Amino acid sequence: MAAIEMRNIVKEYGDGFKAVNDVSLDIADGEFMILVGPSGCGKSTLLRMIVGLEDITSGDMLIGGDRVNEKAPRDRNLSMVFQNYALYPHLTVFENIAFPLRLNKKIKEEEIQTRVRDAASMLELDEHLDRKPANLSGGQRQRVAMGRAIVRRVNAFLFDEPLSNLDAKLRGQMRTEISRMQRRLGTTTVYVTHDQTEAMTLGDRVAVLRRGLLQQVASPRELYEQPVNMFVAGFIGSPPMNFMPAVVSGNRLTLPFLEADVPATAAGKVTDGQLLIAGLRPEHFEDARLLDPVKRERGVTFRAPVDVTEWLGDSQYAYIPFESNPEVAEELAKLAAELDSEALRSQLIISIDAMSRLRENHEAEFWADTGRLHLFDPRTGENLTRDEEAAADLARFEQEELRERMEQTP
Amino acid sequence: MKVSRRTQVYWILGALAVIAYALVPVFWIVSLSFKEGDDITNNSFLPTVWSWANYRTVFASDLFTTALRNSVGMAIIATTISVVLATLAAYAISRLEFPGKRLVLGVALAITVFPVIAIATPLFNLWRTIGLYDTWLGLIIPYLSYSLPLAVYVLAAFFREIPWEMEQAAQVDGATAWQAFRRVIVPLASPGVFTAAILTFFAVWNDFVFGITLTSSEAARPVPAALAFFQGASQFSQPTAPIAAAAVVVTIPVVILVLLFQRKIVAGLTSGAVKG
Amino acid sequence: MAVSTVAKPVPKARRAKISDRTRKERNLGWMLAGPAFLAMVLVTGYPILNALWLSLFDYRLTDPAGREFIGLGNYAMILTDGLFWRQFGVTSLITVVTVAIELVLGFALAMVMHRALHLRTPLRTAILVPYGIITVVSAYAWAYAFSNTYGFVNPLLGLGDFDWFGGTWSALFTVCVAEIWKTTPFMSLLLLAGLAQIPEDYLEAAKVDGARAWQRVKRVILPNMKAAIMVALLFRTLDAFRIFDSVFIMTAGAQGTETLSFLAYRQTISRVMIGLGSAVSVILAILVVLIAFLFIKVFRTDLSQARGDRK
Repeated sequence: MAAIEMRNIVKEYGDGFKAVNDVSLDIADGEFMILVGPSGCGKSTLLRMIVGLEDITSGDMLIGGDRVNEKAPRDRNLSMVFQNYALYPHLTVFENIAFPLRLNKKIKEEEIQTRVRDAASMLELDEHLDRKPANLSGGQRQRVAMGRAIVRRVNAFLFDEPLSNLDAKLRGQMRTEISRMQRRLGTTTVYVTHDQTEAMTLGDRVAVLRRGLLQQVASPRELYEQPVNMFVAGFIGSPPMNFMPAVVSGNRLTLPFLEADVPATAAGKVTDGQLLIAGLRPEHFEDARLLDPVKRERGVTFRAPVDVTEWLGDSQYAYIPFESNPEVAEELAKLAAELDSEALRSQLIISIDAMSRLRENHEAEFWADTGRLHLFDPRTGENLTRDEEAAADLARFEQEELRERMEQTP
Repeated sequence: MKVSRRTQVYWILGALAVIAYALVPVFWIVSLSFKEGDDITNNSFLPTVWSWANYRTVFASDLFTTALRNSVGMAIIATTISVVLATLAAYAISRLEFPGKRLVLGVALAITVFPVIAIATPLFNLWRTIGLYDTWLGLIIPYLSYSLPLAVYVLAAFFREIPWEMEQAAQVDGATAWQAFRRVIVPLASPGVFTAAILTFFAVWNDFVFGITLTSSEAARPVPAALAFFQGASQFSQPTAPIAAAAVVVTIPVVILVLLFQRKIVAGLTSGAVKG
Repeated sequence: MAVSTVAKPVPKARRAKISDRTRKERNLGWMLAGPAFLAMVLVTGYPILNALWLSLFDYRLTDPAGREFIGLGNYAMILTDGLFWRQFGVTSLITVVTVAIELVLGFALAMVMHRALHLRTPLRTAILVPYGIITVVSAYAWAYAFSNTYGFVNPLLGLGDFDWFGGTWSALFTVCVAEIWKTTPFMSLLLLAGLAQIPEDYLEAAKVDGARAWQRVKRVILPNMKAAIMVALLFRTLDAFRIFDSVFIMTAGAQGTETLSFLAYRQTISRVMIGLGSAVSVILAILVVLIAFLFIKVFRTDLSQARGDRK
């Protein structure tokens, strides 16, 4: 086990394209770090630089304090689970898991036997040891790939979108399994994904990348509550955060459908008449008729026409179109393209109580929790309402949790 | 696609026509090889009496048996050398980044398009000077000129099909590049190597140009070349039927390989040439 | 993944120190590819250069003392000789006729192999026999079949005593038949590979859109097979232009059926005119390279698919 430190890591291709641009990231011993971002953000390249399958153009990569930039993958003592598992089709499950051990002549046969069987029983593969990968289900193959990763005592586990080839149900199960295994072994783990559910549930911390640049490294909760910019705010959360134009007048903001106070955290950062982008998450809205009266005071109510509703049993979404400012619309279209989502029409997606009986194409009264409003600079995307104190609190909490866990692992 | 019964029948008739197309000329030479005496000139597809006489003649002839030995021996040696060298090269080409990779491929491609006769004539001159003329080695070396590029292409195409991640996984698992090659790639590649060997064998077995230009006696002359110089029992009798018998004998290995490995040969031929 | 770095004039800013991995990979690359590369270069490079050199001499093997440097004299002699142009014509004719027929026939064969649900194995096995058979054997089979002494073709067609090998056109016809029979299977297998890559969806969509069988071939299948067709044509054209074995066995060049390869052979081996023969070889090689160039540049044949490099 070891910490992984990256200092100003750059990956530049021959044509000058920088897939990874000046990334510095410290991953603590035993930490579960997620690398997340839309496709092409450089997360897989970064992972492959850690493991040594990709050369580092500049910067330093340290594993357990040693600089490994020029070391071959085999000398870095890491293990990796590939997206397509990369199981050896000519070897049985047993031999697949034993493969890394067999390469080391010093390891005795008995030890190989025990270690493979231990790994197999941990992953519930005991019955399948004599089968070939071609005869296994997707989930089983995934577990064999994990078995091959954990059979050695390595500095860190690396995962490259390991669940993306599984169906939704299995993905959920394997997610829990990976989390349990990592907690049990206490091995430093770097996990690449584009799936934000995986990012939020698995990681101690999440590193969000955008076009090779590191945007924010924080606990899932901090990313969600205190994003540094519009990109992170829009990437984390599903359905995504609603973005609307907001015009400052005095200490008030004018948004489509409603008005609100400029949040205290943004005070002094905005000027009168300035056009900003306001962000509010779907769950910070409600159908005003079903609202707890205690909550009503915290926010504002407004009337708006409902375009479409989606009822999912345990939850419900309503779509409310609004006229956007062209300047803001353009920024949002750019953001949407970067986030791999379709250019959204300008509409609010709001989460309302499943009991609510709204009718499509009718007007209804809604409530918005304006206390949770974020404000973004439309040019830089910077979050003007980020609460540094609250963020520091969340980070402290996360560190304590990790320390506690590491003390418990044998 | 759902196919109607009637369409099916048409396709079956088409298939039978293709089979006839492929096999009638072969049956003809077989039939000719069993003809004896007046049958040979009866201008009929089939003999009236089936006779083994021609086979006895060719196997009694030193000219043919030596040539057969030459052909088999040289084809096996040339195929082995080509496949071993080509396996290493194709692995490097399809799996490793190294400067000059394109040069290797370019040279291989250039050689495959080069007219064999343009290589044979200068070799004729050179071999006479350095004493390789009319020897096994003197033929095996030029055989490499076209069997190597062929084997490189078939194998490179095959290697590209092996998932790239597999070998990186081996590297991360602690394997050296050599270990990754031997323990992961070789077992996965062996079917492709086998296919390449068959195709290379066909190519070498088929040689005629080098066979007639670089030999002058039965010391190294392979069967196709020997056939062209085949003489009958007496020089007045036409050796037609014995030639047919000899032709059938050298076709037998081809037919056996085709029967056993039809699937592999088709796959090797098609993947080597057109992909994507 | 590995982005191609070819032909980019942009200098690598801050070129990375080559890591162990890259260096080992490079060394291993040459260690593995080196022997095959050397073998290929030596067995062909030397003869080619040697032929270039010798083609500049008036040199007869039986008269080594009379060897004399004559510059491009051999080439001038060849290119002003009517016989050469005749042989060039014969070679081109055989090439064009056989390749054209092979393309049509090969496509039909490929369709049958692709579509016939029954007899698949016997069909593919049978088609491989002409491919695998020795060219000389095929040539003998057809020579005897057409022969008026031994063959069954004349009685079959009711041609009596007609001597196929007595006239240029009929002799060339038999050579073409033998070539086509032997090499169409190869062509058809290349086309089959292209055919197999057209998703069945396209054809079903075309059917739903109301396309008839022929329209489906013309508007869906052929455009999607362009790459496969061009590669097959290139390979076969280069091969056909080098025709030698069949001509040697079937006509021995008689009746004006000599091809360029045959000429090179006859000058060098039979007449031991090493200088002149080498010049013919060089011209033949240049012509082949020109054909390849024509296909790649003018018809834009995409050979990347036929090459071993990854994208």
